[in-house]
Amino acid sequence: QCRHLLELLKRTTLHGESNSALIIGPRGSGKTTLLNHVLKELMEIKQVRENLLKVHLNGLLQTNDKVALKEITRQLHLENVVGDKVFGSFAENLVFLLEALRKGDRTSSCPVLFVLDEFDLFVHHKNQTLLYNLFDISQSAQTPVTVIGLTCRQDVLELLEKRVKSRFSHRQIYLMNSFDFKQYIKIFKEQLSLPADFLDESFAQKWNTNVQHLSEDKTVQDLLQNLFHCSKDLRSLHLLLMLALRKVTVQHPVLAVADLLEASKQRSGDSRANIVHGLSVLETCLIIAMKHLNDVYEGEPFNFQMVYNEFQKFIQRKAHCMYNFEKPVVMKAFEHLLQLELVKPVERPTIRAQREYLLMRLLLDSNQIMDALQAYPNCPTDVKQWATSSLSWL
Amino acid sequence: MPNLEHPAYPAATLLRLESMVPCRESQVSMLLSIFGERQQFTFPSIFIYGHTSSGKTYVMQTLLNTLQLPHVFVNCVEHFTSRLLLEEILIQLQTCSSETAPTSRVLCDTFNDFVRLFKQAVTSQDLQDQTVYIVLDRAEQLREMEANILPAFLRLQELTDRNVTVVLLSEIVWELFRPSTGCFEPLTLYFPDYSIGHLQKILSNNHPPEYSADFYAAYINILLGVFYMVCRDLKELQHLAALNFSKYCEPVVRGEANERDTRKLWKNIEPHLKKAMQTVYLREISSSQWERLQQDDGDPGQLKGLSAHAHVELPYYSKFLLIAAYLASYNPVRTDKRFFLKHHGKIKKTNFMKKHEKTSNHLLGPKPFPLDRLLAILYSIVDNRVAPTANIFSQISSLVTLQLLSMVGHNDQLDGPRYKCTVSLDFIRAIAR
Repeated sequence: QCRHLLELLKRTTLHGESNSALIIGPRGSGKTTLLNHVLKELMEIKQVRENLLKVHLNGLLQTNDKVALKEITRQLHLENVVGDKVFGSFAENLVFLLEALRKGDRTSSCPVLFVLDEFDLFVHHKNQTLLYNLFDISQSAQTPVTVIGLTCRQDVLELLEKRVKSRFSHRQIYLMNSFDFKQYIKIFKEQLSLPADFLDESFAQKWNTNVQHLSEDKTVQDLLQNLFHCSKDLRSLHLLLMLALRKVTVQHPVLAVADLLEASKQRSGDSRANIVHGLSVLETCLIIAMKHLNDVYEGEPFNFQMVYNEFQKFIQRKAHCMYNFEKPVVMKAFEHLLQLELVKPVERPTIRAQREYLLMRLLLDSNQIMDALQAYPNCPTDVKQWATSSLSWL
Repeated sequence: MPNLEHPAYPAATLLRLESMVPCRESQVSMLLSIFGERQQFTFPSIFIYGHTSSGKTYVMQTLLNTLQLPHVFVNCVEHFTSRLLLEEILIQLQTCSSETAPTSRVLCDTFNDFVRLFKQAVTSQDLQDQTVYIVLDRAEQLREMEANILPAFLRLQELTDRNVTVVLLSEIVWELFRPSTGCFEPLTLYFPDYSIGHLQKILSNNHPPEYSADFYAAYINILLGVFYMVCRDLKELQHLAALNFSKYCEPVVRGEANERDTRKLWKNIEPHLKKAMQTVYLREISSSQWERLQQDDGDPGQLKGLSAHAHVELPYYSKFLLIAAYLASYNPVRTDKRFFLKHHGKIKKTNFMKKHEKTSNHLLGPKPFPLDRLLAILYSIVDNRVAPTANIFSQISSLVTLQLLSMVGHNDQLDGPRYKCTVSLDFIRAIAR
């Protein structure tokens, strides 16, 4: 793919041919890295360096076609040329810019490279004017222009309008993380090893042998296997390695298996279970009441009154340690759960409806609740038993 | 407890830092190791989540202030639109630098301008390549702003090509933040909640100097015993501790008991704390009212809270109207005949009723009823004859204005207005006396 892209760009700049291409790949598969690498290689050719003009646009930053146009003007350093002119349409503006490029001290016009990051966000602009004009110019061969889009959506072509799609050359470069587990381990080793020109030679040697040991260790391999099955992209590997590496200090100069294990445990912990761990006993009881309601009514939304009812039933029949709290106190606990977004209303609350009768859903799974309860510190035994009880006493 | 050590920062500063953040040493050491030295690049974005009052904001602020790292601290609830947020960040960056005084007003509309101005601001200061930290508190508000703000902040290091890290603090888990097409994943860190031992330690730290630490620790023990089951929020507990301490000390002040007489002190304070749970904890009365009540001593009488029923006085017919409305809302139409007529027939329990017996109307909320039904029930519950004068109808409208009844349906409905009763059973009982 690297060569393909390089060829494409060379053709534009050296031979004056206009082109367009899309680089598609999931998040973290290296699209931007690839492009930067190719651009660096390209810049080493002298002719390219002197002629090529680059414009980098990002969908996140330029949320509007007007903003995009201003940004293009700024990047091409043409502000003083444009001045206070008022343009009738977007196309006129763009053509004017490119003409201005032509009238610089060159006989023919300079090739321009447009890089559009987060391409799928540009598709949502009104009428897709920017895309239409860019692709139009790339087809009409006035100025050699190359448009390269980077996106993570596979179906981005369906989002384009018909007129835009027809002007696009349908050249797509796919980047998939297609390496298997063995290569993954090799990448892991490569990332961790110190390069050969590191200052302290003996330390580098020791470090690299340690890395070799690690990559052959069974626990480490299991860990990497788990991560590999979850997501193949290298960003998660990076995060894991950075977390593990932060333990390396002067006193602790080599990476140990335990560090990697701890880092991975931290990364893969269930965040909702952590939140449930910090709730008060009253709030936990409310969650258990909601779980029982979900079981009985098979997932239909409930309201606060129903939850309070369940809680009252528990207090009257089974609880010895829970004091019977007043309704407003229970309401306050319920509102805290709302604030933490463990419970979400089905529709937006209106002023007319009373708060107690607003229908809600629980955003926690049954299994998550049971696991979290196991880890809950100082849980009163009757609360635990209520959670695990079947509902034969209803 | 591990000592905080880091080669880049002097040991004295670290010791001072450690004393300011009790029970959070491991989190601080983790953050220190992630931040690294001043000029090292760190993660582009970090997401810290944890319970209410688990110390996220406090620890971040203390850490950044003590170590004098260049930072910008913005609360997303205070600056709730993207424009306010971006302008605030740029203004604070200006004050960060030692040279320029923040005189010029910054105009920043879009994220594009922000990136441009940010690059200018960072290079024009003597930051010596240090990492600039942008801390966004209550980051869940970022989801409500425009869709590009959150992903753009996560990638700020890449977009501006400078040494900057964005730290997001929130109570809500990361899974609820993620945009639909994915984004640059931040490093997620969890601040665990305080255990009961930690809470005791932190609360006992602010004891007033007149009394001994043990005395105060015993008081905190009692307080936690009453309130721990309900709430673990550190701020709330601090508020309650501060308010009730004077009452606790009363027997000692009056000379009835000395500091070690725990049983007497407990007997004195216990009903007081129970009452506090119903009033100050729920914010029904303000803390100044509470303190005044404590000073009055004696029998406090009926505390008039915000939602107390006593301060709504309704005229005679309005009370009956409201009760009739409640009955109309909560009883199904079938049972009207049975309750309100002198001679009623039997009601056959159909199959339909048997299946739905469990979901009583009390759980599902009030049902709307037409005006005629309301009047019919009213006539049957009021003892003497009631004439359908305009008086009655105007009282119905005033009940709607008071939001004790609510109108359902449009104004121009041809069948007549339908209403719903919006008060609870306790309210009705209080009125019916």
